[in-house]
Amino acid sequence: MRNIFIATLIEQAKIDKRIFVITPDLGFSVLEKYIEEFPDRFLNTGIAEQNAIGVAAGLALSGKIVYVYSIIPFVTMRCYEQVRIDVAYMNLNVRLVGVGAGMSYGPAGATHYAIEDIAIMRVLPNMTVCCPGDPVEAREIVKRSFEHHGPMYIRLGRGGEPAIHHEGIRIEIGKAVTVCEGSDVALITTSNMLEQGKQWAVYWGNMGRSVKLVSMPTIKPFDRDIVINIIESGLPIVTLEEHNIIGGLGSAVAEIIAESGKAVKFKRIAIPDVYPHFVGSQHFLRRKFGLHDPEVLFEGIV
Amino acid sequence: MSETENIRRSILHMISYSKSSHIGSCLSIVELLWTLYFKVLLIDPQNPANPLRDKFILSKGHASAALYATLAERGFFDKKLLDSFYIDDGVLPGHLDMEAAPGVEASTGSLGHGLSIGLGMAIANKQEGNPGKVFVLLGDGECNEGSVWEAVMLASHLKLDDITAIVDFNKLQGFGRTNEIINQSNMIERWKSFGWEAYEADGHNPELLEEIFGVTQTGPKVIIAHTIKGKGVSFMEDRLEWHYKSPNDEELCRALQELS
Repeated sequence: MRNIFIATLIEQAKIDKRIFVITPDLGFSVLEKYIEEFPDRFLNTGIAEQNAIGVAAGLALSGKIVYVYSIIPFVTMRCYEQVRIDVAYMNLNVRLVGVGAGMSYGPAGATHYAIEDIAIMRVLPNMTVCCPGDPVEAREIVKRSFEHHGPMYIRLGRGGEPAIHHEGIRIEIGKAVTVCEGSDVALITTSNMLEQGKQWAVYWGNMGRSVKLVSMPTIKPFDRDIVINIIESGLPIVTLEEHNIIGGLGSAVAEIIAESGKAVKFKRIAIPDVYPHFVGSQHFLRRKFGLHDPEVLFEGIV
Repeated sequence: MSETENIRRSILHMISYSKSSHIGSCLSIVELLWTLYFKVLLIDPQNPANPLRDKFILSKGHASAALYATLAERGFFDKKLLDSFYIDDGVLPGHLDMEAAPGVEASTGSLGHGLSIGLGMAIANKQEGNPGKVFVLLGDGECNEGSVWEAVMLASHLKLDDITAIVDFNKLQGFGRTNEIINQSNMIERWKSFGWEAYEADGHNPELLEEIFGVTQTGPKVIIAHTIKGKGVSFMEDRLEWHYKSPNDEELCRALQELS
């Protein structure tokens, strides 16, 4: 996804002189081509994330569209108050581009995980929160960011995510994408769990169970209408995300269900509210936390 | 009456009427603001969004009343707006909101943010060949914030010669004497060691300040401005409690008498 991000940005930077990229010293093997082409619209602030966000705000106040690129914890949490005041409060055209959704950095350990980021970013007024699930969604969201007014957080996978959608699909900020229809359960995924959701849908299809799969590339503004439609269809709803079970996709869906006045079977599949102290790849950790095996989808729902 | 006296009167009225805090922090920067807004900054109150303008950021945003009063005195907006400071259904909040009034360049109030924002503006000016200059006023207590030094490092690395920082060195902060909390008596050496062109001055001497602002710079410049918290009102000067207290009617009368 990060390669799609930078390739899409480079194309736009050729025609839009307002585009500016900042990194607090990350982006090796990702940003080089951009730096080569636009050296006067790039800045490495050094390993100083608070300053990076403040500088981005100053550039945005001067008319730039500023992309700040780093690993997710360092572009959201390390500098959260700068994001809150300098970016969100002043409602500026700063895009926080974080790489490493969920437990992408697996064996690197929890310092590098992004498992609370959706919760803390979606609570900020003015902030748009985008969590693309495949390279197609990533490219579309980056394209929308060129014209969007106000701050955005873009949560990227670490790389290697396969395309789930067809090329040529247009994705809007605030709109879900239905990947396939189904009649036994509605599975809503966000971010890098789209691939997993697709695998589950295929698995259960082969087992004679029909899964409606919905991808949520935007968490804020949230596509309330599609959730209301599912509620009214009577399908059980399951959410799937590589994020703490508190505050992310599942919470956003739960809020809509709770206020809908209708009863519906509902389950959140997410990382439990713990920091892992065991070591392993993203795949290993997903299995450990019950985010991998398809059997979990229907447990307690049907 | 002089403009600095008018600004002090406005501050006293605003903070007394709204029963708000930080009057000492406001009174210490009146000459700094006056020198900037009446002598140094290339600005047009009738066209506050001119892209070629000089920009000023009050990083110690708790002294907002001083900036609002100065902007009104300089003609950015009607002085009547000052009556809406820090009250129910007001317009001007206690910490700066850039949407509140013309001339406020950035929202500040949490310390350690303003210099980074100023750097971003200065970098944008450089990149565009914009002749505008950027000025950022920080508190001395604010220099406890690590983020200030992140910005200090980057500015000298980039040799930004279009940014000037001013430290309001009034030697008092939230809970006592600055040197008793975090010793920074070598304030000017700290900035120099980070590669800034550093000057010390009496922060209540506009002629001297104007002269230093005018010195040609080849990199970032800082003025360590020695000031007195509560300057101009004898019973507020250099007293910690006036970081918090609001003058009652009797104290307001005495303060206003002292000014005239």
